[in-house]
Amino acid sequence: MKSKSLAKWLISGPPLLYLLLFFAIPSLIMAFAAFRFPGDYGGLMPLTTANPDTGATELLINFGNWRDFLTLENFQRFFDEPIYFELFVKSFWYAGLTTVICIVLAYPLAWLIARSPRKTRDLLVLLVILPFWSNFLIRVYAWMIILGPQSYFSRALNSVLAVFGVEPVSLLFSQFAVIVGLVYVHLPFMVLPLYANLEKHDMALLDAAQDLGANAWQRFWKVTWPLSLPGVWAGTALVFIPALGMFAIPDLLGGTNSMMIGNLIKQQYLDSRDWPFGSVLSIMLTFTVLLLAALAAWAGSRGKDKR
Amino acid sequence: MALLEIRDVVKTFGDFTAVNHVSLAVEAGEFFTLLGPSGCGKTTLLRMLAGFEQPDSGEILLDGKNMAGVPPEKRPVHTVFQSYALFPHMTVAQNIAFPLKMAGVASAEIPKRVDEVLEDVRLQQFARRYPHELSGGQRQRVAIARALVNRPRLLLLDEPLSALDAKLREQMQIELINLQKEVGITFVYVTHDQGEALALSHRIAVMSQGQVEQLDAPETIYSYPKSRFVADFIGQCNLLDATITEVQPGRMKVEIEGVGTAEALPVAGAQVGGKGTLTLRPEKIKLGATLPQGNADEVHFKGRVHDCLYLGDVTIYIVELDNGTLVETMLPNSGSGKAKFFDDNDLVELAWRFDAGHFVLA
Repeated sequence: MKSKSLAKWLISGPPLLYLLLFFAIPSLIMAFAAFRFPGDYGGLMPLTTANPDTGATELLINFGNWRDFLTLENFQRFFDEPIYFELFVKSFWYAGLTTVICIVLAYPLAWLIARSPRKTRDLLVLLVILPFWSNFLIRVYAWMIILGPQSYFSRALNSVLAVFGVEPVSLLFSQFAVIVGLVYVHLPFMVLPLYANLEKHDMALLDAAQDLGANAWQRFWKVTWPLSLPGVWAGTALVFIPALGMFAIPDLLGGTNSMMIGNLIKQQYLDSRDWPFGSVLSIMLTFTVLLLAALAAWAGSRGKDKR
Repeated sequence: MALLEIRDVVKTFGDFTAVNHVSLAVEAGEFFTLLGPSGCGKTTLLRMLAGFEQPDSGEILLDGKNMAGVPPEKRPVHTVFQSYALFPHMTVAQNIAFPLKMAGVASAEIPKRVDEVLEDVRLQQFARRYPHELSGGQRQRVAIARALVNRPRLLLLDEPLSALDAKLREQMQIELINLQKEVGITFVYVTHDQGEALALSHRIAVMSQGQVEQLDAPETIYSYPKSRFVADFIGQCNLLDATITEVQPGRMKVEIEGVGTAEALPVAGAQVGGKGTLTLRPEKIKLGATLPQGNADEVHFKGRVHDCLYLGDVTIYIVELDNGTLVETMLPNSGSGKAKFFDDNDLVELAWRFDAGHFVLA
């Protein structure tokens, strides 16, 4: 019994330690930073200083006067200026739209793979994850070429539009390009959990539904869709949350008006070097996502009780 | 007019002929069974009735209407699947309400109809449970209730009891018979279990290699098998190769290979020299240490017990006749105080009446 629990700790110890060191502690530091003042030259206002004579570390603050080094100003700023809230809304809209498009595109593909013969199935799954073999940035740069004004794609599209008398459109550096990029990058993360779910479905259920009078549409909505919801939720979590925090794609493919919350956070940390406000943005983002997840879980359990 | 008519139906999968020129008719209110070993085409025939497969040729008529091209969801035919195929995300009541919703039954009427059928299968208190919270027998009953609730013209049952243990199966058989009487819906039942078929059916179609070998009432199938296959497949049977040596009105003589001369009931088309099989059920053979001689209607043979199979209520004895032929017979273990009558190597006598067996021409 004792050696068993020792083995359990030995096995789970390294990953636990890793997460503690590189996730839990940084998160706490960030949460603390959100309540601190920015430093004069960026970063955080120092709490300690090195004595120029002795080189010893000295506290600059008195813990009794916590108002000297802790503040709610950063949060105040977030709630005072509507632009940050608007950016949140826009980011959620982008991530949500990306998720919905991913579900619509991934569902038929996942279904097709799940219904293929065993051998073909493995090959198709391999093809879905094949893009991961090339670097993420290279794939996004490839989209810059595809959507660029000189690409065959853009020129073909614009000449078709010209026939209908529509002004030429610029695809790159637009919201459209950002959504295309987000969908492209996240699609496999929707296909794989959906496939894993659909593959386990018992085909006899569809036969039974048809036998009992359900047409193709009803068979999908009454049987396949509700049974695939765990896969849809897993895919949604894997797509929505990373898409929400994405900054590289809006940076590369987006224009000035397609900035997302991730870009702002990156800007605060790296360009403005305002770590406290960057921390506030990060915390608000995490908090909102957790709130949404809790709401979804609550709605899900309520729905189950009703049934 | 028969409720269901199958006319010369053929179905092939590649080189394999699953159903080979099958014609039969099922009357309204009948409990009809398709019986045969696996691969005999019974399930394919059932799937064609449900509409999941289309016949290559021939016709299926339901209420006189040709079902060709009618998809499963448009047929007044529901199926109880072997795996039950209950919807795991719906409660018992929702599962049963499903066909009613699909048929567009008024939502105010649905709970009443569900309650009625739940009462028929005695599951009222389980309405709000999910399938995974039920036992095998309860799931079985939900599957039947779901298929019955919308009053199909025809209920198809695909080996519905095969997943249950022996005791529960027997209980479900009785329930099925009563349910069928009560609701009056025509059942077409597929099984490979001959005992089940004999117990449940009004009529049985014994199938082999895509064809109907014999279509009759259970007693007729058991007592007067039309072919060696039917005799062998239904119950235990001694199959004795024999040649007809004499034909008289009401009686004929056959020479059984390795046994001797015996009398049998004449069959249509019997001629002297005709070869065939005398099918003889174990329970029709008398067995004793000594048996009274002199009954002109009986034949007698001597032998010794070669093997016994003690089954509790009866013992099956494999008797080796003097000339080496093995004959299977059975005795109820009814002798008071005795577990069974004979042991291996006991000397015994066998006898059977001339009308005990049934001769099948080759």
